[in-house]
Amino acid sequence: MKKSIALATAAALFAAPAMAETVKLGVLLGFTGPIESLTPDMAAGAEMAMAEASASGKFMGGSKIESVRGDSTCVDAAAATATAERLITSDKVVAIMGADCSGVTTAVLQNVATAKGVVMISPSATSPALSTIEDNGLFFRTSPSDARQGQVLAEILKEKGVKSAAISYTNNDYGKGLADSIQSNFEAVGGKVTISASHEDGKGDYGAEVGALAQAGGDVLIVAGYLDQGGKGIIQASLDAGAFDTFVLPDGMIGDSLPEAIGSDLDGSYGTLPAAQGDGVAMFEKLAGAAGFNPGPYAPQSYDAAALMILAMQAAGSTDSNTFKAKIMDVANAPGEKINPGELGKALEILAAGGDVDYVGASDVELIGPGESAGSFQEVVVKNKKITPVQFR
Amino acid sequence: MDAVLNALVLIGNYIVVPGLAYGSQLALGALGVTMIYAVLRFSNFGHGEIMSFGTMLVIMATFAMQDVGISISPLPTALLALPVGILGAVGLCLLIDRYVYKFYRQQRASPVIYLIVSIGTMFIIGGLIRFIIGPKDRNFADGERFIMKASAFKANTGLAEGLAIKTAQGVTVLTTFVVVGLVFWFLNYTRTGKSMRAFADNEDLALLSGIDPDRVVRITWIITAVLATIAGTLYGLDKSYKPLVYMHLLLPIFASAIVGGVGNPLGAIAGGFVIAFSELAITFAYKKVAAYLIGDGVLGDGLLQLLSTDYKFAVSFMILVIVLLVKPTGIFSGKTL
Repeated sequence: MKKSIALATAAALFAAPAMAETVKLGVLLGFTGPIESLTPDMAAGAEMAMAEASASGKFMGGSKIESVRGDSTCVDAAAATATAERLITSDKVVAIMGADCSGVTTAVLQNVATAKGVVMISPSATSPALSTIEDNGLFFRTSPSDARQGQVLAEILKEKGVKSAAISYTNNDYGKGLADSIQSNFEAVGGKVTISASHEDGKGDYGAEVGALAQAGGDVLIVAGYLDQGGKGIIQASLDAGAFDTFVLPDGMIGDSLPEAIGSDLDGSYGTLPAAQGDGVAMFEKLAGAAGFNPGPYAPQSYDAAALMILAMQAAGSTDSNTFKAKIMDVANAPGEKINPGELGKALEILAAGGDVDYVGASDVELIGPGESAGSFQEVVVKNKKITPVQFR
Repeated sequence: MDAVLNALVLIGNYIVVPGLAYGSQLALGALGVTMIYAVLRFSNFGHGEIMSFGTMLVIMATFAMQDVGISISPLPTALLALPVGILGAVGLCLLIDRYVYKFYRQQRASPVIYLIVSIGTMFIIGGLIRFIIGPKDRNFADGERFIMKASAFKANTGLAEGLAIKTAQGVTVLTTFVVVGLVFWFLNYTRTGKSMRAFADNEDLALLSGIDPDRVVRITWIITAVLATIAGTLYGLDKSYKPLVYMHLLLPIFASAIVGGVGNPLGAIAGGFVIAFSELAITFAYKKVAAYLIGDGVLGDGLLQLLSTDYKFAVSFMILVIVLLVKPTGIFSGKTL
């Protein structure tokens, strides 16, 4: 009897919100798979926010935040689900920064996160389908939906005087959603889509796919794929066969490894990626430089995703997902003090004192509707084998 | 006249040139499969992985050579590295034969058992490859990329359509021509080659006339390993190297061997080209060709594509089924499976 009382006391002690504990956050990104060249920087961005909050000593009474990485593979829903399951049940993470690609994000959200009641903030899942998914208020994203990217791309195409375009998309939720969005928007501004055909990732040869695209013709080829996978293969095969020489590159295709792999033939191709204007970007780049990583695509969004979770926990005074999920929209949007990257300590202090913050962060965060970024895009062009920014949209 | 020429160039660029290169790679692969079948009397499912293993060694040797600055530009360095891959693949095949297949030969196992055993070797070699070089996509082609660029062709001929020939494609067709010539010379004119053919024709009679069966088996494995490494390297140069893709190559290679008549070297080569050209011709969209020949839009707005490119592998299957139904011995009357 004595023993069980002792045990019960011990249990009660551990259950109480102890001061200065260690809070674990999951970082679920595709460290292997089609976007493996982007994910190291994304993870570094998220972990920088965690380190910053830990170092400030003001998070939940001096608690430390620890990152637990998991591989989403970007394409294998079963593997991503198993990893998320492990992060939550065995590593005991309180929330997940991720996943990255739309397909695995949907799978993890439906099979694991909603079932276990854990908040997920994705830095890069952009499928329009995620706007309307049943999520119990647990899912947010710091990147805009592709419905918006389709509009922006259509505007750019119209301004460049492109009359007709062929579309090749990677055969998954992201590729299909984006291709449909580009097609409907481009046709709305009077353009003609000659063909919209899918390609499979991971094949050795894309000559046959390019053959079909070339026969349909078009001024440009829009490649809604992945830069380390089929997208690269399609571009290489198109150039080899002389089928197209200008390519339109949506967000999944933007990364320095693409012009490096293809060479100067890619010069003159253009595209878009979600990016923010304002002081936050420059500040983030400086911080990233100091931390020793490259502020590549989606690294700012990853930083912001982690920061939002940390601030929401502080505002709710709890690491329980079902409690702090309601605070995420509050800390992200007005009213309140504007918070830039590197100012997490200040934000934590304001929140601890019961004040309000309006997190701006590295990607000019403004969450709308079902908890997704309103979306400003950057138009980029490939010049001298480098991705060069042109203007904001 | 220009219209007809443009249509021909289109077909040349998207079917003839890639088909010749892909057909050559399949033919070399199928030749290896068919030799094993003729002499050892089983379908070697491990063949794709032997190709992959040899290519892996070639890639590692290529990278090492690039590091110390050896190159034979404008030709790809991989050609210089071929002997390393060939030696490794020969060693692997002889080891597997000594420690796996020899056991089953002494047991006088039935062909089905050999087939299952070969699937086992396939997984083991596949695992070894992923252990050594990993599952990632690797591009090891260097040197001049094109013999003829599409844009240069357009400028020189004044035609609207371009014809591109990659160095890897040229190298593939030439190498295949030389290698196939050597294999046929070996089989028809050397004593060892003749003893191999005798052994394939009738094992008992060959043994009676004093042919050493172990030697024939060894030579067969050596030739198979050489062919597999060359086929794999050429495929990797033309496309890129990825272990999974090499595993998937097994289907078109077997289809080639069977279509041509399994056990018949000439059939393997013909089969390779039949499969390659069917895959390309059936999944090609003929919209522009029709536009040049009979006028734009006469046949409507469609792409005139018989089958989506997603079903490329299905073409091999279809041909396989038709051949097995109509002429089970294949075009050149090989053995029935």
